[in-house]
Amino acid sequence: MADTPPSAPSLYESREPIFPRRVSGPFRNLKWALLAVMLGIYYITPWIRWDRGPALPDQAVLLDMANRRFFFFWIEIWPHEFYFVAGLLVMAGLGLFLFTSALGRVWCGYACPQTVWTDLFILVERWIEGDRNARLRLHRQKQWDLRKARLRVTKWVAWFLIAMATGGAWVFYFTDAPTLLRDLLTLQAHPVAWTTILVLTATTFAFGGFAREQICIYACPWPRIQAAMMDEDTLTVGYRDWRGEPRGKHRKAEGAETLGDCIDCRACVNVCPTGIDIRDGQQMACITCALCIDACDDVMAKIGKPRGLIDYLALSDETRERAGNAPRPVWTHVFRPRVLLYTALWTLVGVGLVVALVLRPPVEMTVAPVRNPTFVMLSDGSIRNTYDVRLRNKHGEDRLFALSIDDAPALTITLEGEDDTTVDVRANETYLQRVYVTAARGTPEAQNERTEFVLRLEDTTTGDMATKETVFNGRDN
Amino acid sequence: MSDHKKNDQDHDYETTGHSWDGIEEYNKPLPKWWLMIFYASIVWGIGYSIMYPAWPGVKSATAGILGWSTRGDVEQAIVDHANELAPINAQLASVDLEDIAADPELNTYAQNAGAAVFRTWCAQCHGSGAAGNVGYPNLLDDDWLWGGTMEDIHYTVTHGIRNEQDLDARYSEMPAFGRDDLLPKEEIAQVANFVMTLSGETPPAPDLVAAGAEVFDINCASCHGEDGAGDRFQGAPNLTDAIWLYGGDYDAIHETVVNARFGVMPPMGGAQLSEAEIRAVTTYVHGLGGGEAAE
Repeated sequence: MADTPPSAPSLYESREPIFPRRVSGPFRNLKWALLAVMLGIYYITPWIRWDRGPALPDQAVLLDMANRRFFFFWIEIWPHEFYFVAGLLVMAGLGLFLFTSALGRVWCGYACPQTVWTDLFILVERWIEGDRNARLRLHRQKQWDLRKARLRVTKWVAWFLIAMATGGAWVFYFTDAPTLLRDLLTLQAHPVAWTTILVLTATTFAFGGFAREQICIYACPWPRIQAAMMDEDTLTVGYRDWRGEPRGKHRKAEGAETLGDCIDCRACVNVCPTGIDIRDGQQMACITCALCIDACDDVMAKIGKPRGLIDYLALSDETRERAGNAPRPVWTHVFRPRVLLYTALWTLVGVGLVVALVLRPPVEMTVAPVRNPTFVMLSDGSIRNTYDVRLRNKHGEDRLFALSIDDAPALTITLEGEDDTTVDVRANETYLQRVYVTAARGTPEAQNERTEFVLRLEDTTTGDMATKETVFNGRDN
Repeated sequence: MSDHKKNDQDHDYETTGHSWDGIEEYNKPLPKWWLMIFYASIVWGIGYSIMYPAWPGVKSATAGILGWSTRGDVEQAIVDHANELAPINAQLASVDLEDIAADPELNTYAQNAGAAVFRTWCAQCHGSGAAGNVGYPNLLDDDWLWGGTMEDIHYTVTHGIRNEQDLDARYSEMPAFGRDDLLPKEEIAQVANFVMTLSGETPPAPDLVAAGAEVFDINCASCHGEDGAGDRFQGAPNLTDAIWLYGGDYDAIHETVVNARFGVMPPMGGAQLSEAEIRAVTTYVHGLGGGEAAE
């Protein structure tokens, strides 16, 4: 046999189904709490109301793509302020780096939607089909009897409802939630809403119910990126093999003292949602959800050994402990120069965004002098320049804006289509107003090539001002 | 890798034969679902390249059996766009001219649609910024030969000026006083000097002005008015203002009196532009800064 060459491996490998066992402990409780909080935020947020005046939507968080406005409680982002969104994305990116260097793959283990929804789906699966052993038996039972069909269908229907609620909640962020819910219930919603719900329902159902750890292992780029951000101080979930090995069943009779603490009960393997054995060492498939820590601690307590055979560990501590030294306290791993640098960068961007938000002007205008032609001579010989002025009303009510010129008595201002120098701008709109500035015949302004002046905008309701410097072109002779 | 499977260390996996610094690479099978998606993509790709334009040839690509093309998409988009605008165009073509400005939505539409019409049909003579040129009126200022109300502009755009195609075109003709020997040379010089004073300019020969006033009274006042302020009913220009279509210096005025001027504008009504387009461009021109209110 030894001489025959090994046959080529199959190209295909079927997924090995994983049946994580129920586990309890501090990390599991933390994960339940986070799951409840995060799902709560996700489902409830679109239903929070926020009064912004009659012309603006009263939804606290609304990504109004159709009208190109983002609403977040008291903040409203216009398209020209999209850098706020870019800034938030930069913060999200830096935040991931920060958490990865400080706490390892804490995002994967606790906060990633794939993890949260898979957790939820496994919970439902356990409620309906029972714990690990019952589910294994059901899986191995090849014959489909009434009981298996009933359990499977019930589970799938429950999953499907969760998936639909997930996709359904998503669309509420993009339009008025109560209106959309009514439209959905009366089957009158926009096709985009239906398509979005359909796609997200399908992906949630497939990813949470069937793909699960396959997404983490094969589809997600994040585990690969994280590997580049880890170092010997990064917290990972590890197995103290110097304490656990040689593993073996403890029997009082025969030389138990030669064995390590690990009793090879496989509790850590049975609870793992990605189906790995953490005792093989740190590996890419480990999302550091810490459930094996809970499982092992439970067993250690039962056999009267100290907890932490499987624990959050930094690589540097592993060598330290092997040599018989005490591990360094966790905070020395968390507060490292790299982490402090990420924190500083993250804070810097955040502070910058807040400052930009606070300094945002309450009224805004842009002034574009019409250059084709630069000036027009009127019948009385005076010189007129035209300006395309965009006035921005960010309020929920219509506003009357007044335009004037600072300290240039020779220049008079008139507005196209208006009898005076005020213009009504409708709520939440940008209005393009043609503005005419005229210099009488013979004045220096009418003759000089360019005269700088300041256009002033005043919100007549609040008295808020905005000014813009621009140029008046005379006849140049 | 659940409990009934052995660890990798115990398993007899083949390696790819690659080795770097003693690190070897397993030759493990791909997940079945992943490969299935890969094969499905290949099947999809073949089907797609049959259905849609795909394979490049010498002159063109294969057309695909669905007959789809980007050009067809654009044609459809143009038809859809026209259908979408049909209601507002119908509204624009039917409301009272003076009511367009009162409806913000209609006014914004007319302004923008009119700007497009202007650039296509009017900019060749009047300039892309409507500032005109010698012989082609500037549409931005407050001086109008035939009137600057919505009604006036609408009529001018529809029927044009001094053309032969439209019998309703605005029409007037200044006599060529020199070419047709209607006035002797001395009197032409006199009246040209006088006309310069009407708009406050200093003529080259002020001593001829008094005689020129007399010539003006007899020959020009019937159209341009006794005060020289012009007559819009006949399209006779106002000679007292600062705006000169053909130039306001002595030579240009002299030339005008000798040979006269005859500016022509083609009619835009009928076959050229729809009523909605004419009204749109009327609204646009009226809103350029010189538009006059209806009386």
